[in-house]
Amino acid sequence: MASVELAAEIRREPRFAWLRALLRNPLGCVGLTMVVLIIFSAVAADLIAPYSYKALDVKARFSEPTMAHIFGTDNLGRDTFSRTLYGGRVALSVALIAVSMSLVVGVTLGMLAGYGPRRLDNFLLLIFDSVRAFPTIMFALAVITVVGPSINTVIGVVVITTVPGYARIARTQTLALKNTEFILAERALGAGTLRVMFSHIVPNVIAPLLILASMDIPVVITIEAGLSFLGMGVKPPTPSWGSILSDGYSFIRDTPWMVIAGGIPLIFTTVGFTFLGEALRDIFDPKLKKEG
Amino acid sequence: MLSIAIVCVAMLFLLSAIHLVPGDPAGIALGPRATPEMREDFRIRMGLDKPFVVQYVRFLGNVVTGDLGVDVWSSRPVAGIIREQLPHTLALAFTGLGWAVILGIPLGCFSAVRQNSWLDRFVGIISVSAIAVPSFIIAIYSLLLFSVTLRWFPVLGAGDASIRYDQIWHLVLPSFAIGLGWVGYLARMVRASMLEVMGENHIRMARAYGLPARRITYVYALKLAILPTVALLGVGVGGLVSGAVFAEIVFARPGVGKLVYDAVVTRNYPIVMGGVLVTTVLYALCTLVSDLVAATLDPRVRQSL
Repeated sequence: MASVELAAEIRREPRFAWLRALLRNPLGCVGLTMVVLIIFSAVAADLIAPYSYKALDVKARFSEPTMAHIFGTDNLGRDTFSRTLYGGRVALSVALIAVSMSLVVGVTLGMLAGYGPRRLDNFLLLIFDSVRAFPTIMFALAVITVVGPSINTVIGVVVITTVPGYARIARTQTLALKNTEFILAERALGAGTLRVMFSHIVPNVIAPLLILASMDIPVVITIEAGLSFLGMGVKPPTPSWGSILSDGYSFIRDTPWMVIAGGIPLIFTTVGFTFLGEALRDIFDPKLKKEG
Repeated sequence: MLSIAIVCVAMLFLLSAIHLVPGDPAGIALGPRATPEMREDFRIRMGLDKPFVVQYVRFLGNVVTGDLGVDVWSSRPVAGIIREQLPHTLALAFTGLGWAVILGIPLGCFSAVRQNSWLDRFVGIISVSAIAVPSFIIAIYSLLLFSVTLRWFPVLGAGDASIRYDQIWHLVLPSFAIGLGWVGYLARMVRASMLEVMGENHIRMARAYGLPARRITYVYALKLAILPTVALLGVGVGGLVSGAVFAEIVFARPGVGKLVYDAVVTRNYPIVMGGVLVTTVLYALCTLVSDLVAATLDPRVRQSL
């Protein structure tokens, strides 16, 4: 019994070591705080927001920051502070959905390429390289012309453009693992391809991919906000930081406050996630550098 | 060769995307009020009545001869329209990269020389933030601060070619906005490779010879450390050409990005296709050129090819 407890203890130690390392890293600490703040403000938007994101107060249009409207109001008299809170919800959920979808698809395709026959590997590599050949924003604009703008289009575009990044890492790792002894032993014991892939290869390829995913979150948030800024992302009246910026840009000569209020949370979030992702990368895998 | 194949496959995706989507392109382009005859006419004019494979091969054939189709509305050749806009975008991309080179390389150098000093840490934080912050925020904030509030720089447009320096004056803010992220990239790249090079034997040798520290840093170390950065610059031009779309829209500048954006709004899809094709090819070309440049600059890479 004692040895079992001891084994459990030994195993538990490194599980929290990364958190301690993160808290020791000043940049990581700052990043974590910023991320937690942003997530909290998005989750608790209903509780914090003083107004509804679509409540109009026409008498108070273009209000400067006051006690009633701490970020001011927009051209329709909507409270910008409430809108940025709900905008955070949109940004974070798009980022979360898109990144987890590309993670799943990327890992699956990457493992298929690495584990499957040579021809499949070459075919998938050609597809990955072709997708990566598109500049992201141009690709997004082309897809939007065809499919029409919506939040799902944004997610789809992000998934398509980020999958190759995950797939390539998963493929390289799978190739390296494919002929290691424990995989060969597992196959000799009669394990099927699916079992080998999902219960033995996945746990070994997932760590660097999770770091890449955490560093992709700010990129995804930028794309969502960028497309919404162009009027090709989230549809009004749903608030997005991009559309707040876009409204603010149209009225930039009337009031600077909308632009300032739309931009600050975006800067805060992208910088926070980047700091966190960089710190995590340094802790887990100093060698992993994001490609391109 | 491979990059040509990749661009071809990429275009295949784009064309098949247009095909697979429910609803026909003629209806999308002409809007709901078009008569069936108008749609039929449009379909024949754009070659949409032919089978998919024929369309694809014809598209590629036309591209090779420099024909990108005609604008839906004005019937002008798309290639000509893009050629008019491309210089503006290229000027913007190169100036943006100019900012990155002028600011990024010295910053990276300074931080490497004073490793772990407060200056190094500060530059590190600033470069990470510069990479993280979206370029359109920089564009809007610099527009707000320098053009609207302080009125130091012109607000909109590309400037008048007949007035001296006017176009350059109009380039300053937009290029800074798209280049700032690359300032961060270059600073980090140069710092990392400087640190690597400074630890190598020939630098230690130069030190042992008693060469002045400044000469070692800026002549012997930088010469080697700059190589990966130079190779990256090609990728930078390619990335900035498409990244310019936000700066072009915020500052209402002419350019390929603005052209494609306007075409998306008016559903003018030959222009969208042409613009995406041109930027994709440019992007692939720049990556290729930077690989070749890296090979010619660095004898070690040249041997491995």
